[in-house]
Amino acid sequence: MINKLNVTSVWVLDKEEALDFYVNKLGLEKGNDVKQGTYRWLTVRVPGDPGVEISLEAPGPPVQDEATAAQIRELITKGAMGGLVFVTDDVRGLYETLKKRGVTDFTQEPTDNFYGTDMGVRDPFGNAIRILQRKKAAPEAKA
Amino acid sequence: MSREVEEFNRRLLRARDAMDRAYAEPLNVRGVAAVAHVSEAHFIRSFRSVFGETPHRYLQRRRVERSMFLLRETDRSITEICFDVGFNSRGTFSRMFREIVGEAPSDYRMGHGPMAAPNCFQMAFTRPALSVGIAMRSSSFGDDTAAASP
Repeated sequence: MINKLNVTSVWVLDKEEALDFYVNKLGLEKGNDVKQGTYRWLTVRVPGDPGVEISLEAPGPPVQDEATAAQIRELITKGAMGGLVFVTDDVRGLYETLKKRGVTDFTQEPTDNFYGTDMGVRDPFGNAIRILQRKKAAPEAKA
Repeated sequence: MSREVEEFNRRLLRARDAMDRAYAEPLNVRGVAAVAHVSEAHFIRSFRSVFGETPHRYLQRRRVERSMFLLRETDRSITEICFDVGFNSRGTFSRMFREIVGEAPSDYRMGHGPMAAPNCFQMAFTRPALSVGIAMRSSSFGDDTAAASP
């Protein structure tokens, strides 16, 4: 049986710009940063939660030919490539913090739902990021 | 060239996000086009080619999806919901709802209960689908002029 999610990846257009956003704006921490030739294994992760890495991957050779990479980049910037969902204990405070740090691409301000309060933001490239503050009450078994 | 396409896509996506964020408010296509820093005509044309439907139709489907959500999740009256999601007349709302969903709001409410899934996933994946032909025709933001739009 599988025990844990270890690495997931996010397509980005530029790794350095992605690192700046995910660490300095969103507040994640840098994980691995290893170079081999032209390849840079670069990950970010939730602070204090080592072992679940988000690999920042840029489309292109040698994995994809340039034409394929261009298609992927178009899809990223259309917002068609999925995204990440994080959990926080203070979503409204985080919203104010992100605004102070210059983040403007919010897809949704903090909004209350039956499962808690969540908000949405995009990274500089178009990837969707959701951030959820779970409701305090004990989780009820909903069908 | 590719870089230009990417930057333009990103600007159109920002304008689309603005519609998702402010669907309940009165929106006009010029204001939304301004988010993407393009003219109204260029915005409608390029939005359609990138996302496969006109901005007006995107907004109408967002508003109808949100109304479906409120019909499922709340006890608010259909007239209240109509205004909650940004329509300015009950007649337009009912006509648009029927056109997009295929049944009247009251019938939809009778047939559907709440869905225990995060709102963001509901917003993304339960926005009613529509045939491409209709998606390509609707180009105006004004509810009253929608039917007459090219």
